[in-house]
Amino acid sequence: MTCDSIRAKLDAFVDGAGSPQELADFDAHLRTCPACAADAIGRLQMKRVTRAAAARYTPSPEFRARLEKNVQPKRPPSWTFGWLPRLAVAGILLVLLALGVTLWMRHSNREEAFAELVDLHVATLASANPVDVVSTDRHTVKPWFQGKLPFTFNLPELQNSPFKLIGGRVAYFEQNPAAQLLFQIRNHDLSVFILQDRPGIFPIAMSSTARELAFNIETWTDGGLRYIIVSDVAPADIHDLGMLLKSAK
Amino acid sequence: MPLFARLYNFAHWLTHDRASAEDLVQETYMKALRGFSSFQQGTNFRAWIYRILRNTFLTTQAGLKVSALVSLDSEDEKVVEPAAAETPESVLLARVEQETIQRALEELPLKFREIILLCDSEEMSYQEIADTLAVPIGTVMSRLSRARKAMRELLSVRLQGVPR
Repeated sequence: MTCDSIRAKLDAFVDGAGSPQELADFDAHLRTCPACAADAIGRLQMKRVTRAAAARYTPSPEFRARLEKNVQPKRPPSWTFGWLPRLAVAGILLVLLALGVTLWMRHSNREEAFAELVDLHVATLASANPVDVVSTDRHTVKPWFQGKLPFTFNLPELQNSPFKLIGGRVAYFEQNPAAQLLFQIRNHDLSVFILQDRPGIFPIAMSSTARELAFNIETWTDGGLRYIIVSDVAPADIHDLGMLLKSAK
Repeated sequence: MPLFARLYNFAHWLTHDRASAEDLVQETYMKALRGFSSFQQGTNFRAWIYRILRNTFLTTQAGLKVSALVSLDSEDEKVVEPAAAETPESVLLARVEQETIQRALEELPLKFREIILLCDSEEMSYQEIADTLAVPIGTVMSRLSRARKAMRELLSVRLQGVPR
């Protein structure tokens, strides 16, 4: 190894990145080259002081306690089975578990997905700046997402419809980037989430409608994209917006 | 709660604010619990949860603001290393105090600050950093070199005028 080749990868070697052979060659070079050895030691020292300086913030015990309380799974009420033999109780529980676990998991996943979407919708409406691109013009809103999302989509012409486009923002659903578009009808807001459709990303049927916490949800897939509309308006209005989106070219 | 203190420290460096860091960590754990089924067993849990925290931060107002500031420099452009005899870290570190390092870290752009923290403070491997930031390893290497160069420059500027 020459000094030039060492220097090109010095940070990586100091970070321990490289093949065992490369690291051995690097080590051998340092033993014969005081200049590279000094440089490597300097970088190691910088890593050490950066590590010490970066350990700056400590969470308060109050925050830890609050968080532990919030993230702890809610315990079911304790039941008294004094009059039943424990074995029988265990048997009943096992049977119930076997029967119910699949349905429960489906229901639970579905509820979690709905809750996250409703959270995103409500949090957006509660924000002082609900959208990052503010425009009623689809030719302004759609290009804004270029470079921000790994896919593209079409928006419908709304001129002869009761819907109005408010704008859009980038959101994350289940750690996946999504376009969140805000529409309005009769002063009611509708969020349309568009993201790449992947197996298991949305735990309900390909196309369906549902009602959750007084919010209505409609979802479908088209061209590899998953569309989800969330709003408190009537299912018929959501369906109409869905039809417009499906017809967008 | 795994990684609690470390996640909080990282969150505080991203948000610069105690209340925002607490909100960010709380939301990260909530999302991690809700989405634990999406975590693939056998993959890196630490990279997974740091990725959740970072993605959550990027959707906040503050995160969107900083992520909108895109550098025009090419990510893969080679960083010119200083001449061997200069050993800039040794020279700088002889006179630098911890607080100076912290101020320099604060001043770094987000993408440089986070990669230095993940590498030097969290001691993540390049592969873990690549998984956390969702970028190729080559980008990790070039961005890290660039970040350290920026850090050296900030420290040099801060030390200008200090007698040797």
